[in-house]
Amino acid sequence: MKKTITMTVNGQIMKAEVEPRTLLIDCLRDQLGLSGAKVGCVVGKCGACTIILNGLTVKSCMMFAVQADGAEIMTIEGLAGDGELHPMQQAFTDKSAVQCGFCTSGMVLTATQLAKDHPNASEEEIKDAIGGHICRCTGYVAIVDAIKEGCKRMSEQQG
Amino acid sequence: MRPAEFEYHESRTVEEALSFLQLRGDEGVKVLAGGLSLVPMMKLRLAQPAHLVDITKIPTLSYIEESGNGGLRIGALTTYAAVSGSELVQKRCPILAEVTGILGDPQIRNVGTIGGNISNADPASDIGPMALALDVEMGIAGPQGRRTVKAADFYVDLFTTALDAGELLVEIVIPPLPSQTGFSYTKLNQRRADMGIVNAFSSVTLDGDIVKDVKVTVGAVAATPVRALQTEKILKGNVLTDELIVEAANAAADGIKPETDVHATAEYRTEMVKVLVKRTLTQAVKRAR
Ligand SMILES: Cc1cc2nc3c(=O)[nH]c(=O)nc-3n(C[C@H](O)[C@H](O)[C@H](O)COP(=O)(O)OP(=O)(O)OC[C@H]3O[C@@H](n4cnc5c(N)ncnc54)[C@H](O)[C@@H]3O)c2cc1C
Ligand code: FES
Ligand code: FES
Repeated sequence: MKKTITMTVNGQIMKAEVEPRTLLIDCLRDQLGLSGAKVGCVVGKCGACTIILNGLTVKSCMMFAVQADGAEIMTIEGLAGDGELHPMQQAFTDKSAVQCGFCTSGMVLTATQLAKDHPNASEEEIKDAIGGHICRCTGYVAIVDAIKEGCKRMSEQQG
Repeated sequence: MRPAEFEYHESRTVEEALSFLQLRGDEGVKVLAGGLSLVPMMKLRLAQPAHLVDITKIPTLSYIEESGNGGLRIGALTTYAAVSGSELVQKRCPILAEVTGILGDPQIRNVGTIGGNISNADPASDIGPMALALDVEMGIAGPQGRRTVKAADFYVDLFTTALDAGELLVEIVIPPLPSQTGFSYTKLNQRRADMGIVNAFSSVTLDGDIVKDVKVTVGAVAATPVRALQTEKILKGNVLTDELIVEAANAAADGIKPETDVHATAEYRTEMVKVLVKRTLTQAVKRAR
């Protein structure tokens, strides 16, 4: 039996009609047209489907859309301001931390959460923070550099 | 890799969840907590429940409290992140904060629940060896009311616990920790977010240089977490030396018959049990001093 759910996604109220077995990631991508979060492994290991749900990073392939009824969600699409990249996105671009881009949306969201909790995150803390993400292209060095830079820019922006 | 159809039941109270479980008290019903173990099983169709009872919206199942005698009571739905970030846990049971702080990765810790982990009874769980060594008690709610089961009786077999189909794990009770005691946990894995190939936990109580009490548990080498009784026997009541630690750690492999799987061979696991037990014993002794 289908159920209508209502979520606030990137600041906008959105409705979707879902079967209980519909995964949240499939609802976001296929029904709401938000294809920024990717489907990689579907078993919780790669982090490509990472979103921010009620203020916490989660892997959206591991939960059902019905569970997100009433929730507040942010996807990568909600990060950039009016025609301007978010400082973390800009840092990923500047540090060449993006190759195919498949892991990037998840990495960037995790990195923005880290920057909020630990503006001066050490290299070790950065590595722990991205422990739930797999990148098959970059070898991670550029990503760690970008997150370091992004954290710096985010705390400068906040003053 | 998508689950089969099921009926979804959202519960707001323990009583409501229990009544859903009662109505469907058979193999066709499953409790949904963090979903991190259940959802993958459903995708692989290794689990095909006809009904899912979602307990994640029950506010009274998520808490961390002091118990009167100096221990802790933790609601089954409390996430790893909430446990590891709790000042009360860091003060009363720092080893629990440590273990829940290294378990999986940040997204897993934001979602995974301590009760889900214990109910799932994965032999490689990070919580199992600690629960057994600390003598943790499980608070269970069922149609007949409440009962408690100690960790030693709770883990029955591979992915099998003392929980009946119509019951809910509601609380984890950690007894007050003994003084002059050091605790240590370690796991062997390839990526830092992976489950352990072998897990080991040690608790050592010292009286000067004498081992007054000791508990050593190992995970991922049998159907349930197990105590290394021979290791404990060698240490208990004796004067601590480096040689004694080595002898005791080597004895941890006695009587353990691990399986060979995609992660490691039985021989490798057996050798690693000795190494990990030695590491945790050494660190626990350091912390006890
Ligand atoms: C990528 C990844 C990495 C992981 N790494 C680790 C790790 O390093 N260490 C580790 O220990 N675990 C790890 N896990 C497993 C994770 O900890 C799970 O959270 C845990 O095994 C189950 O908890 P859950 O809340 O997700 O439960 P669920 O998946 O919702 O439930 C698991 C089982 O328990 C039952 N259940 C749940 N709650 C209750 C309850 N209150 N009463 C009765 N039955 C209940 C369910 O019906 C189900 O059968 C990992 C998982 C993933 C996906
Ligand atoms: S697709 Fe969700 S973690 Fe890989
Ligand atoms: S850039 Fe290709 S997977 Fe990370």
